[in-house]
Amino acid sequence: MQTPTLFALLLLLILVAYGTGFSRAISAARSRGGVRSLASLPSYYGVHTALWCGLPALVILGVWLAFDDAIIRALVLGGVADRPESMSGQNLLYAQIQNLAAGNLVGETTPQLSAAAAHLNSLRQSGQWLQTALILILAVGLGAYALLRVTPELRAREKVEKVLRAILLICACAAIFTTVGILMSVLFESVRFFQAVPVSEFLFGLHWSPQMALRADQVGSSGAFGAVPLFTGTLMVSAIAMFVAVPVGLMSAIYLAEYASKRVRNFAKPLIEILAGVPTVVYGFFAALTVAPFIRDLAQSVGLEASSESALAAGLVMGVMIIPFVSSLSDDVINAVPQSLRDGALGLGSTKSETVRKVVIPAALPGIVGGVLLAVSRAIGETMIVVMAAGLAANLTANPLESVTTVTVQIVTLLVGDQEFDSPKTLAAFALGLMLFISTLILNFIALYVVKKYREQYD
Amino acid sequence: MTDLTQQQVRERIATRLASRHRKEKLFRGLGIASIAFGILAVVVLFTDIISKGASAFVQTQIQLQVNYDPAELGIDKVDSESLAWANFDGVIRNALRERFPDVSGRSEKRELYSLVSSGAGFDLRERLENNPQLLGQSETIWVNADDDVDTYVKSLSKSKEGFLGRTSEQKAGWINALRDSGEMEKRFNKTFFTNGDSREPEQAGIRAALVGSLFTLLVTLALSFPIGVAAAIYLEEFAPKNRWTDLIEVNINNLAAVPSIVFGLLGLAIFINFFELPRSAPLVGGLVLTLMTLPTIIISSRASLKSVPPSIREAAMGMGASRMQVVLHHVLPLAMPGMLTGAIIGMAQALGETAPLLMIGMVAFIVDVPHGVTDPSTVLPVQIFLWADSPERAFVERTSAAIMVLLAVLITMNTCAVWLRKKLERRW
Repeated sequence: MQTPTLFALLLLLILVAYGTGFSRAISAARSRGGVRSLASLPSYYGVHTALWCGLPALVILGVWLAFDDAIIRALVLGGVADRPESMSGQNLLYAQIQNLAAGNLVGETTPQLSAAAAHLNSLRQSGQWLQTALILILAVGLGAYALLRVTPELRAREKVEKVLRAILLICACAAIFTTVGILMSVLFESVRFFQAVPVSEFLFGLHWSPQMALRADQVGSSGAFGAVPLFTGTLMVSAIAMFVAVPVGLMSAIYLAEYASKRVRNFAKPLIEILAGVPTVVYGFFAALTVAPFIRDLAQSVGLEASSESALAAGLVMGVMIIPFVSSLSDDVINAVPQSLRDGALGLGSTKSETVRKVVIPAALPGIVGGVLLAVSRAIGETMIVVMAAGLAANLTANPLESVTTVTVQIVTLLVGDQEFDSPKTLAAFALGLMLFISTLILNFIALYVVKKYREQYD
Repeated sequence: MTDLTQQQVRERIATRLASRHRKEKLFRGLGIASIAFGILAVVVLFTDIISKGASAFVQTQIQLQVNYDPAELGIDKVDSESLAWANFDGVIRNALRERFPDVSGRSEKRELYSLVSSGAGFDLRERLENNPQLLGQSETIWVNADDDVDTYVKSLSKSKEGFLGRTSEQKAGWINALRDSGEMEKRFNKTFFTNGDSREPEQAGIRAALVGSLFTLLVTLALSFPIGVAAAIYLEEFAPKNRWTDLIEVNINNLAAVPSIVFGLLGLAIFINFFELPRSAPLVGGLVLTLMTLPTIIISSRASLKSVPPSIREAAMGMGASRMQVVLHHVLPLAMPGMLTGAIIGMAQALGETAPLLMIGMVAFIVDVPHGVTDPSTVLPVQIFLWADSPERAFVERTSAAIMVLLAVLITMNTCAVWLRKKLERRW
């Protein structure tokens, strides 16, 4: 039976289990004087039966689906006598066998291949049977068992609630699974990368050209993995972005919180927050097609040499993107400063701007710093703008009019397109990803710590 | 201070007052300038996109008198097999030659044929497939012009000379003749909404990307909303205060700030390499975006659970409800509007996301509209990224138009969220 059909059948069984559990509870209660004699409401008996019927079967089905392809593959490849050693060779062979099994292979076949294809087909066939039988037996058997247990004494509600609570807990742990998943995926590949390229070369090397020689006699692509140009490029673009975002974001937050009338606030705040909702690819397009040519022309008109993909263009647009982020975070902390502090300063005769500069900002500073740190981590991790506007050349330069490349740009260029998983070129992307993850993690930790530590200072 | 007379103090204050007031004005001016800069950025961004993209919603089309001549087409009946082989391009060429009878010579003829989009043959085929009785008949139809022609015609409305680009003077002459006789005009660009991607700008459309985005978002919503709400309920209503829950909370806060591209790496390493799920599939895209939007949804769901007053819980408990019943029957329905708002905002975020999807292979050149969550497909932001890289001038306006569609969808979603919040949220 095909998996979707099986799934539909399983859902039907679950419904049936609910119905029979429900009615069985009612009929069991009838002899004892009605529903009141049941330990739980009848619907809980239904859910209890349905959970027994469906939950184990669904879990087994999920596990099966996750692993059956890999197991079949291992079995089929294990049956082939002279299989290639390398991962890519095995992939190729397996793809051939798959095509043959599906009956759409062009070209000649060897008896060995057709035997493997037949093996694959028979394994798939029996796997399907086994799956169907296992799931249905599990569902019906456990459903029947639960049905037999339906008695007025059974505390169905408590059992159901226990299961629900466990499900809620598992969902809450999704965040942990995700973090672990991220760590594992970048860490494993990074370790493999650092086996090929020493850590010191990666961290301190000044030359980045990840093209690897495909053949031993190929000219000119030795592969250099010194990531310093990427780090400096990332820092430069982020610094330009913060140069735009922090003053503008902070000043607009101050104006909106301290000076603006309610009408201005209601008008300007949502308008600026539109900037936060614009997808980054749109900013990238804007930076590459409007801002970068504009900057190039402007630079040329004052006699400066500017590349058409400049760090300045990417940084400026990224700064614009981050403005609402800085401004809304600062807005929150500025509003959290108690009015009494302002009243005190104003009462001593200071002007409004003096109150803001000497009282409100120092009081809100930890929050603002935290917000700025979060904004920096955003700028470092931002991808689309720099991919589209900052360029690919790994220049080690301090001139913002030249094109630079960043960590995220290199991750994208290394991993987009066809790739092989055992070359340092693709593994380098994971090492860069690890750097990115660690640095943003540290920034987030500091930011959250600062914010948390000083948030309730005045309460 | 004691050394100064009152007079001196007054003088000092008076002299400094002017500069203090000046600073006050300056500070205020800086604030206004910042706001103005922000608003200016919004205005420039939108006018730039709209001015570039508005023209993509019309497309230059040419009116042709085509004859579905069985001899030219090389078929004698209309069925799918013969249609696949039929020579529709020949029919179009005949029509062009009839319109411009004095064109001779191979290169000139080739020039003439290139007035019409190379995809026009497919339009004819579709037309004939739907109306088999047209075989052997003539009819007047509008076909898409080539993108160079389109670019030239559109540039004519901006300047008198127009942007010729790859268009020759001779071709421009034909174009102007057609325009003068009303056989060439700009009409609504239906192709843009009905076609998938194409290397030819005039045949490229966003349908495949839109459907891909839809599938991806459906997967994301189906996974992230239930999981996010369940996680929020656990953390807000059941979790004991211990290290374990602290760890979960720290994790959620951190994930909310992890760069999206890292989620792409996760998707590539785990979903594609480890579980061997298909590349470029909305299923994988949805999974990655689920992980990415989960923190947003959990945080907003928790906030809306928090806003339900404790009196509701106490009342329900007082009536003998279990904690699970309190949550599922009373708290959750009251918190639902807030959760839905959070979910819509999370979905809007997911819809605009590009970088992680590049990692899992959704950048492939895909022409066909996907039919399921495992078909290879692309999404709207990635389509925008791909078009932005294309060298043809005509793709610039299409990219901007695709951005306009994307922004329109996003604005609609956010407006819905705001509306929902205003309409359904209760203040306690």
